[in-house]
Amino acid sequence: MNDEARQKNPIEHLLRMDRIPHIWCPGCGIGTVVTSFAEALRKSNIELDKIAVVSGIGCTGRVAGYIKLDSFHTTHGRAIPFATGLKLANPELKVVVFSGDGDIFGIGGNHFIHAARRNMDLTVICVNNFNYAMTGGQVAATTPTDANASTAPYGNFEQPFSIPYLADAAGASYVARWTALHLRRVTKSIQEGMDKNGFSLIEVITPCVTLYARRNRLGDGLNLLKYYYDKSEIKHGADTRDLDISYQGKLIVGKFIDRERPNFIDAMNQHMSTVLGDDYELYGRINND
Amino acid sequence: MKKVKADPKGVLTGAHYLDGDFALAEGALAAGCRFFGGYPITPSTETAERFSERIPRVGGIFIQMEDELGSIASLIGAVWGGKKAMTVTSGPGFSLMMENIGLACMMETPLVIANVQRGGPSTGLPTLTGQQDMMQAKFGSHGDYEIIALSPDSPQECFDLTIEAFNLSETYRVPTFIMTDECVGHMHEKVVIPPADEIELVERKWYTGPKEAYLPYKPDKDLVPFMIKAGDGYRFHTTGLTHDERGYPVINAECQKVNVTNIIEKIRKNADKIIKIEEDQIDGAEVVLISYGITSRVAVRAVRLAREAGIKVGTMRLITVWPFPEKRIKELAPKIKAFIIPEVNYGQMVREVERSAAGKTQVFGVPHCGGWVHNPEDILNVIKEAVK
Ligand SMILES: Cc1ncc(C[n+]2csc(CCOP(=O)(O)OP(=O)(O)O)c2C)c(N)n1
Ligand code: SF4
Ligand SMILES: [Mg+2]
Repeated sequence: MNDEARQKNPIEHLLRMDRIPHIWCPGCGIGTVVTSFAEALRKSNIELDKIAVVSGIGCTGRVAGYIKLDSFHTTHGRAIPFATGLKLANPELKVVVFSGDGDIFGIGGNHFIHAARRNMDLTVICVNNFNYAMTGGQVAATTPTDANASTAPYGNFEQPFSIPYLADAAGASYVARWTALHLRRVTKSIQEGMDKNGFSLIEVITPCVTLYARRNRLGDGLNLLKYYYDKSEIKHGADTRDLDISYQGKLIVGKFIDRERPNFIDAMNQHMSTVLGDDYELYGRINND
Repeated sequence: MKKVKADPKGVLTGAHYLDGDFALAEGALAAGCRFFGGYPITPSTETAERFSERIPRVGGIFIQMEDELGSIASLIGAVWGGKKAMTVTSGPGFSLMMENIGLACMMETPLVIANVQRGGPSTGLPTLTGQQDMMQAKFGSHGDYEIIALSPDSPQECFDLTIEAFNLSETYRVPTFIMTDECVGHMHEKVVIPPADEIELVERKWYTGPKEAYLPYKPDKDLVPFMIKAGDGYRFHTTGLTHDERGYPVINAECQKVNVTNIIEKIRKNADKIIKIEEDQIDGAEVVLISYGITSRVAVRAVRLAREAGIKVGTMRLITVWPFPEKRIKELAPKIKAFIIPEVNYGQMVREVERSAAGKTQVFGVPHCGGWVHNPEDILNVIKEAVK
């Protein structure tokens, strides 16, 4: 691509332009998170050929199909274990999981907590639109209590997960939450997450205009962004126990966790070489076949 | 198809006294498998244990995943990261893997899964044998697809056929199953592991042309597309959605036809090359006994007794169970009085025999509920009835 074209759209070379137009609704927030991600890729020092994107299934799951990197569109809920295999097989890769709240915390919740527990070196970007959008706006593990969904037509009476609290408790090395309004901060968090030598989670609260917003009569994309603007409060380092989201309530955002702990491969190498000595072949560094 | 010699690092050359489960692990290591993602389940666990003990000295990854949904997903990821990968399981875990077996078929991902079968359904008989997942191996995931499945009848064959399974899966870029069972898995016998330079491996069908020209799902002459791995600068896409040669989703019947036909035909059209069966005294036989896995061992006695009684029994042992050797069955059907198929289930592969024989001869199943193998007398009685 020539400089002129790159100036026109500095992230075009990171997208599969031959697949545009994309499938997302006008006003959907997923595209803006993709832009933040592309921006992070552009700014990152990591060689693009060594970055892989893995998505599950959902509106957000389609992201892998639009990013012009090695990209995998897997099955519903299984992006994290797929990414785990990919990373372990080829440790020089930076593996980013980009998927929806239903995918990662509903059907795939078990994989999430275990990958965090192992401190698997993955960067997980989760678009939280408070519902299962792809299938028509059903209630999710992240739907705020009292919000309406197509399978909670009388309102949701369950308590949702607080994603950062869960990630913290499970052992993630880096945890941040933003909204689709905080694009520059999303970009920065994704960069920090990718630079982290361990498991990182970036939750981005994102408008689903067609389903969640319409069903709850919350207006269009702009109205949702206004809600984010009015009700979000940046509190870096906030106690993750205090991050519950109530229906149209306060949104505490920020970087909550940023800590060091050996990732899976480092822990394995350290432990095995202590126990087995010279019998152990260091993995992923010297002899990575 | 490029062949290479095994890496001596993974090959435990020599004569050993191993059970089938351990032999599976040794076969995988000899075949160059360097990624194992698994979840414990009786009677397959010993394979995972063996692998976890051996792999740190060989260089590779063992990871005990959180469940079998994760195991199979990690395998597919590992293969796209460039490794050869395997898992072992039994009925309940095999059921959990079904969705992503379909993904592996759709992404044309070579990998190996051993199912050390136990009695089902449900939790069934965790510690006792069965051959009840034979149809599940072929049809368990949704949609139309083809896979390859082998059935070893001894620890030695667990070793040999694991290598074969890797070779087939790499040749055709297809998930390949080793459908063994509790008896063979826990049976201790002599296993001879040859020197590494006597073990021939099929190398992954790596793409070597110009990067810009690469199309991940463009079938080669043998219908199998060339493969690459993540991190090599192709910036490719792959998906479980119906896709075109670029790997891009295309949601219509035309693309479905090309995509699904291809993953089916690459196996069906190469079936003659894939299928291995072992036959004995088929010429002039009145009846032919077809068996696989542990049941072949049990049938030996029934066949001997029948022959002593003057009945001309031929035998056919299915080393490859899928694709099914339908051509051979069709050929034999008009020449004999009956096929007899003992299996430790209530009638699975027998249906394939019936379908292939297409009414040209009689077909007798010898069912067994699982939990133990047949009494040879029961098989003998059916042989006698068949020649009446
Ligand atoms: C095993 C399985 N169950 C159900 C589905 C149907 N399904 C597709 S996407 C989806 C929900 C996706 O929700 P989320 O991850 O939040 O993504 P969003 O569409 O909201 O971005 C469901 C239930 C599926 N594809 N696979
Ligand atoms: S349904 Fe919702 S999440 Fe899906 S594309 Fe439309 S607005 Fe976005
Ligand atoms: Mg969602």
